[in-house]
Amino acid sequence: MSTVAESSAAESRASAAGRPARKGIRGTNLAFWIFVGPFTLGLLIFAYVPIVWSLFLSFFDARNTVTPTDFVGLQNYVDMLTDPDFLSSMVTFTVFAIFIVPLTFALSLALALLVNQVRVARAFFRSVFFLPTACSYVVASLIWKLSIFNGVRFGLANTVLGWFGIENIAWLSTVDPPWYWIPLVTVRLWLQLGFYMILFIAGLQRIPTELYEAAYVDGAKPGWQIFRFITFPQLRATSVAVLILNLIAAYQAFDEFYNLVGNVNYARPPLVYLYGVSLGSIQDLGRGSAGALILAVIIMIVTLVQSRIFGFGKAE
Amino acid sequence: MATTTPERTTGTPRPIGHQTSPIGVAGAIARWVALTIGTLLFLVPFYLVVRNALSSEADITAPEWTLFPSRLHWENVGELFSDQEVPMARALWNSAVVGVLGTTGQLLLASMAGYGLARIPHRHANKVFYLIVATLMIPSAVTFIPSFVLVSSLGWVSSLRGLIIPGLFSGFAAFLFRQYFLNFPRELEEAARVDGLGYWRTFWLIVVPNSLPFFAALAAITFIGNWNSFLWPLVIGQDSSSWTVQVALSTFITAQTINIHELFMAAAVSILPLVLIFVFLQRYLVRGVTETGIKG
Repeated sequence: MSTVAESSAAESRASAAGRPARKGIRGTNLAFWIFVGPFTLGLLIFAYVPIVWSLFLSFFDARNTVTPTDFVGLQNYVDMLTDPDFLSSMVTFTVFAIFIVPLTFALSLALALLVNQVRVARAFFRSVFFLPTACSYVVASLIWKLSIFNGVRFGLANTVLGWFGIENIAWLSTVDPPWYWIPLVTVRLWLQLGFYMILFIAGLQRIPTELYEAAYVDGAKPGWQIFRFITFPQLRATSVAVLILNLIAAYQAFDEFYNLVGNVNYARPPLVYLYGVSLGSIQDLGRGSAGALILAVIIMIVTLVQSRIFGFGKAE
Repeated sequence: MATTTPERTTGTPRPIGHQTSPIGVAGAIARWVALTIGTLLFLVPFYLVVRNALSSEADITAPEWTLFPSRLHWENVGELFSDQEVPMARALWNSAVVGVLGTTGQLLLASMAGYGLARIPHRHANKVFYLIVATLMIPSAVTFIPSFVLVSSLGWVSSLRGLIIPGLFSGFAAFLFRQYFLNFPRELEEAARVDGLGYWRTFWLIVVPNSLPFFAALAAITFIGNWNSFLWPLVIGQDSSSWTVQVALSTFITAQTINIHELFMAAAVSILPLVLIFVFLQRYLVRGVTETGIKG
């Protein structure tokens, strides 16, 4: 009874004996599907079916319906790629990424170095910077919109500026100069710096101490030299992971834009626009699907190119 | 001065950051100043939530900024939950159900799949694995339109089923579990096999009990993700009875029907469970972040 299937070697050995073998193979087969089957079935239904269905919809006029009959060929794709609002959402994303990716990278690395160097209360500082991870984008947007950058006198930002004699600024609705970027960028920094800091700290702790000792013996000056020639090169894998994760997350920005500025044309990233197209007053699921697929392809290409450039996955 | 020979440095090599030279002292002071400023900046938003939640409306909207409310208005808690216009209790319940069932279900399904793929030899194992890896390439947020199409034709819009079930099948979690179980010590399982345990009982009696830290790490990060997620609950929660906390909060950010202090009390209540997880399970959370972040 203990022959309930181990390795294939055991099976072939047992097959000579006849009956136990069949039981063994059947047992393995059954066990495999008991373990893997429910998940695989769900994945097919809830990941693959929607994508295929969406691809199908993207070739049809699918306004307010999920079972369209009016085939329009590539028209939805043409519409999306010539739609000034969709293209401007790409511009919005690009501007956002230019701000958020380098800032997140530099600041989370700086926090990791600071926290890693301090001897006293290290766990305390790590917790403080990591704590916003427990906060949702919705709650953070609420704080930013109603208490810090609300544009009236009892907002914190305007109160602080008031100490220096600066007039109230309507942060979220001023388009020229584009003040709305300050709340949009700072809210994401506050929420995600701790997450990337943890990744960098883990990376820092994997650097062998002997490297630092060797550098010290060789007369390298603590500080910039050590960072430039030891720490930063050793963090290569972590740095690439942080850049890629961060860029993918920025592409999919939705929550803070939706809650801070809403569906406005001056600061509308791709997902907010697609949400409006496919779930707004006219549920245009054909164009929405086409836009989502275009976006998915762009993200995949960017990820692959970035991985190729940085040599992600190569031996370190 | 340009010497790089070890003889010129006195004493044994010391770890970096031990300097007592004036430059070292200045560096240490700069570090502490930076850390203190950073700490204050990071804590201000939390302070604002608590301050506003326990303030009267007049305190919040007073033209002069006050650090603390004139007195702590604890009655704001009761006001929030007795407000008929704001279905906060229902939203908290929905979020709790989605968080607990979603996390349990996702870990159950993904851990079993990961174990099967890592340990049970089968001629289709590779095909299933590629099926899973392929979904990792697809950015999760752009699938909300296709998923909505499916869920609406199943008639699951505005239901807890619609909120939970489509999120249960995480290719990423299954992938992480497979990698984890590949490195699980085989000796333990072989001992179980000798004792006559099949795959099923080996998994539940030996493998899972010995993997609890890994489960805890993924559970902490999955629960937080579920609790805080917004786009999918927004798409599905078209009726206020199926709102999660995040959808309810978002709706009232723009509505004029609610007071600011009440909204902040709602926000404070909504982050309380996560702060508790954070305080008591931070070890697992940190592990969860490094596991999911680096390998992702």
